[in-house]
Amino acid sequence: MLEKKELLELSVKANAIRRHIIDMVYNAGSGHPGGSLSATDILVALYFKIMRYDPKNPKWEDRDRFVLSKGHAAPALYAVLAELGVFPVEELLTLRKVGSRLQGHPDMRKLPGIEASTGSLGQGLSIANGMALAAKLDRKLYNVYVMLGDGEVQEGQIWEAAMFASHYKLDNLIAFLDRNKLQIDGETEQVMSIEPISEKWRAFGWEVKEINGHDFDDIIDAVEWAKGVKGKPAMIIAHTIKGKGVSFMEGSVHFHGKPPNDEEYRIAINELEEERKRLMEELSSLGGAE
Amino acid sequence: MWEMASQRMAFGRTLVEIGRENTDLVVLGADLSSSTKTRLFEKEFPERFFNCGIAEANMMGVAAGLAASGKTVVASTFAVFATGRCYDQIRQSIAYPRLNVKIVASHAGITVGGDGASHQTAEDIALMKVLPNMRVVVPADAIETSKATRAIIESEGPYYMRMGRSDVPTITSEDDKFELGKASIMRDGSDVAIIGTGIMVSQALKAAEMLRHEGIDAMVVNMSTIKPLDEETTIKAARRTGAVVTAEEHSVIFGLGNSVAMTLGEKYPVPIRRVGIPDTFGESGNWDELMVKYGLTPENIVSAAKEVIKKKEE
Ligand SMILES: Cc1ncc(C[n+]2csc(CCOP(=O)(O)OP(=O)(O)O)c2C)c(N)n1
Ligand SMILES: [Mg+2]
Repeated sequence: MLEKKELLELSVKANAIRRHIIDMVYNAGSGHPGGSLSATDILVALYFKIMRYDPKNPKWEDRDRFVLSKGHAAPALYAVLAELGVFPVEELLTLRKVGSRLQGHPDMRKLPGIEASTGSLGQGLSIANGMALAAKLDRKLYNVYVMLGDGEVQEGQIWEAAMFASHYKLDNLIAFLDRNKLQIDGETEQVMSIEPISEKWRAFGWEVKEINGHDFDDIIDAVEWAKGVKGKPAMIIAHTIKGKGVSFMEGSVHFHGKPPNDEEYRIAINELEEERKRLMEELSSLGGAE
Repeated sequence: MWEMASQRMAFGRTLVEIGRENTDLVVLGADLSSSTKTRLFEKEFPERFFNCGIAEANMMGVAAGLAASGKTVVASTFAVFATGRCYDQIRQSIAYPRLNVKIVASHAGITVGGDGASHQTAEDIALMKVLPNMRVVVPADAIETSKATRAIIESEGPYYMRMGRSDVPTITSEDDKFELGKASIMRDGSDVAIIGTGIMVSQALKAAEMLRHEGIDAMVVNMSTIKPLDEETTIKAARRTGAVVTAEEHSVIFGLGNSVAMTLGEKYPVPIRRVGIPDTFGESGNWDELMVKYGLTPENIVSAAKEVIKKKEE
């Protein structure tokens, strides 16, 4: 269990990331808020607590890797990397503009900190397999983290990759499934049902754990558990809420790939600001605020 | 000056009309049915629409099986996934056995905009036109999209039809005749022929107007079928003008420009320039800015026209 103070600090970070996401997609006039917001807490836990990572040296050979297979959640990843100091926070508002390093979907040749060029769904787990395999070949101790969408796992390549990871005993591979229950055309279970999803991964030779993907203790504990799994890859099925943190985006298909309009933007920013104030008050009541 | 209209919407509405007449029409989608507008068909004929989820390769295989069982199938998603993502399934299961599947793709080219290189495609025409049995249709506006939708469904065998994401200028009228495999001459001229396809036909018309102000008389041809290419009209245009410019929102390497250049090179060589996307991946940006950055403007066509005219006069 995290100390109350550390928990609050992570929550403040997540709040800041969510605010960046809203600012970015609003400013760009396009982009994917829903799946960025559902993935935020996991990304914050990974980059600010779990991963061995040096923001000043994003090419450090021994770093843990993170592959955002659901590449459309790029705004969340960009915001995290900027908050870490990998590139300037001001650059976030260039998202999707001509000439920007912040492409609509991550481009590993343009922006430091991006481990894989993704966006075409279904391909990131295979890339993560390759990275995990390379670590084994080089006798390196880094872990490879990868995040998949729950619509994304409908792609056949995911299951080719799933088979590969267990066949080669990639126990340095830790996958998250952002189980926000929605894709573009509606609920996953209506469009193309993926359940029983835990059993599928187990049948493919993975160890599986289900968690609340908005609970930092849950996320951190699950990664500790995954690190302890030997001889198999680990899948963490994170139950999340699409659009988490902005009331009218929560559970909404509409905000998969639509930015807020002016009025919605104002409301979203207000809500996030209220949340920030609440967290800061709580922090200061612990005597821990900066 | 022109009205703007959505090709995707025209496609979706026409599918519904055809669905009423043709009960053998089955439509498949891949979690993008609101973007491709097959959602309209789904609403009207839920029993003949199947969402395949984010699984394009399976969609193409299912399309093949349905077609082998007597159905007329429309399979629809973004152009980059509709072609590259399931190339082998299209090749082996659809093109080779010449099955009655119509692959209709939206979000082609660079005008996809903000999503960037992963979602843009400058290679789809190339991938499809090189396949034996596959025919490739690129309507220029919404009206032509409706007619082309009807035509490819009425014609037996595999087709690839390409549409953009953005609204495009309406440059044809309901009364214009549309025929698969036939180009249409949008404007006659004697100094240079601009052969365009898709969204670039309207750019070609703008270029022709600019050239007119400089005393240059440009012909504009709408090549709405890339394969089979209308060689007769292509050669006629070359013979009349002696200088040809092609214009397409696609890689210059193996698209319309390549087809025209091969045809003319073998049968009626004249100076030729290809306007299109250079050999590079795209990037995020507003579609109109990208058109400028990647050389797809009327100005680009104008300077290419002047080059070929100069060449012919040498
Ligand atoms: C191969 C491929 N097909 C289609 C798309 C278009 N697309 C982008 S996001 C998306 C839905 C993704 O749903 P999910 O994986 O559940 O993501 P999340 O809910 O986390 O946003 C689709 C179909 C794509 N990017 N790649
Ligand atoms: Mg989802």
